[in-house]
Amino acid sequence: MQRIRKRLIAAAATALLTSPSLCAAETLTYSLPEETATALRAGPGQETAQNNCAACHSVDYIERQPPKMGHAFWEGVVKKMIASYHAQIDETDAAAIVDYLAATY
Amino acid sequence: MMPRATSRRSFLRGGSLGLAALSTFDGRRAFSAESARLGFANGERPLVRYPGKRALIEQTVRPPQLETPFSVYDEGVLTPNDAFFVRYHLAGVPLSIDPEAFRLEVRGHVETPLSLSLEALKRDFEPVEIVAVNQCSGNSRGFVEPRVGGGQFGHGAMGNARWRGVALKTLLEKAGPKPGAQSIAFNGLDSPVAPETPDFMKALDLGHAGDGEVMLAYAMNGEDLPWLNGYPLRLVVPGCYGTYWVKHLNDIEVLDSGFSGFWMSTAYRIPDNDCVCVAPGAPKTTTRPIKRLNVRSFMTRPAEDAKVAAHVAFEVRGIAFDGGHGIEAVLLSADDGASWAAARLGDDLGRYSFREWRTELSLRPGVHHLKCRAANRVGQSQPLAALWNHAGYMRNVVETVRIEAV
Repeated sequence: MQRIRKRLIAAAATALLTSPSLCAAETLTYSLPEETATALRAGPGQETAQNNCAACHSVDYIERQPPKMGHAFWEGVVKKMIASYHAQIDETDAAAIVDYLAATY
Repeated sequence: MMPRATSRRSFLRGGSLGLAALSTFDGRRAFSAESARLGFANGERPLVRYPGKRALIEQTVRPPQLETPFSVYDEGVLTPNDAFFVRYHLAGVPLSIDPEAFRLEVRGHVETPLSLSLEALKRDFEPVEIVAVNQCSGNSRGFVEPRVGGGQFGHGAMGNARWRGVALKTLLEKAGPKPGAQSIAFNGLDSPVAPETPDFMKALDLGHAGDGEVMLAYAMNGEDLPWLNGYPLRLVVPGCYGTYWVKHLNDIEVLDSGFSGFWMSTAYRIPDNDCVCVAPGAPKTTTRPIKRLNVRSFMTRPAEDAKVAAHVAFEVRGIAFDGGHGIEAVLLSADDGASWAAARLGDDLGRYSFREWRTELSLRPGVHHLKCRAANRVGQSQPLAALWNHAGYMRNVVETVRIEAV
């Protein structure tokens, strides 16, 4: 992995340093930092929320919402994830996630 | 902008680079070498380093959303590429692009579909340049009261850059929209995790798309676009919110109808009234797609909670911008809004750019609340009290900076 990364860095550097017409015929890549601090806060329903929410986005999306927004707010969020973004969450799980988020955040 | 081995480290927790980056922060916005405080409840954020970026405020990791530290706006009227904010919607961020194989397709309801390489875009079309602000629709959302859901940004989801590329008008003329063409849909290389999630796409009506100012940028401040700002090509829609500035742009489809995709028809909607506001908590009413920036101004110096010497003249400065009419005046109040005096405007880089302003003040000892308020060339200005809408879009209340003269 380290070796591949070095090669890719070299490719990127070459492409950025040369004029467009001289670009190396190589694919450029970008390395996103590894995800850290990935766990939701402890509480009943934490695992259900973790498994469903983190499938599509990091859980800092939840952590960084305003505090104490309440049940209706989180119900709206979970509904939006299902109706608009087509998250595959069954009804039982959705209710558990809403309860967990409302109680924990 | 050259990637360096050190920049490949995932997160810079402390360390000399982080400390250097923080040396100009004021007390409220950053309290340690590894985090920033955005000035609202639950507004504490780590500072993180991504390849090609300096230490920025982490909003989310997957997909990445990075906010520009506010002190950057005091560095100059153009926002450096390595400090420019990052905002994605979907976690399928392209991580591998072959600049030779990359093609921009112009297709749909046209006489001559086009498939253009980056080289062709740079070689075969007269380059155009424009300085323009890219501001997120939800910039400053964290300050909205009552609080609303969404990305909880401070003021750092905005940036001003010199964009270079090809006018969309030129491409459309070459492709030749057929009679009945109505709108243009834009798509980029980013994609959703779940295939059912609506892909991030935006649209403009044909007249706007072909106005000669909407462009496809391959360069930003004289360099290739940073990866996280849409390498190798992004849409630039001067005067309009960042949501339209589709990154990693590779597909332009001319439609003989309006565009009904989720990101136009459901997301990024604002109240369909003049103030773009409703009473806090009121039911949602008729909406329309968000579009042009409203008037804003910020004081970049002195910073919040700064201390200045009493009875000694000091410089007050900042930036102002709007959706393209151009800034006419910036007024400053040193008495919490009781009286106002005009600041001097800096160089005019065009009506879509940040406009610098500056003035001097000398204050008696004590705490003072400084306010700045801009007006554009058609008389639009900023409200003295914040307006509210459900999504926390288009916040442009007059900002107040508290300082102390000692």
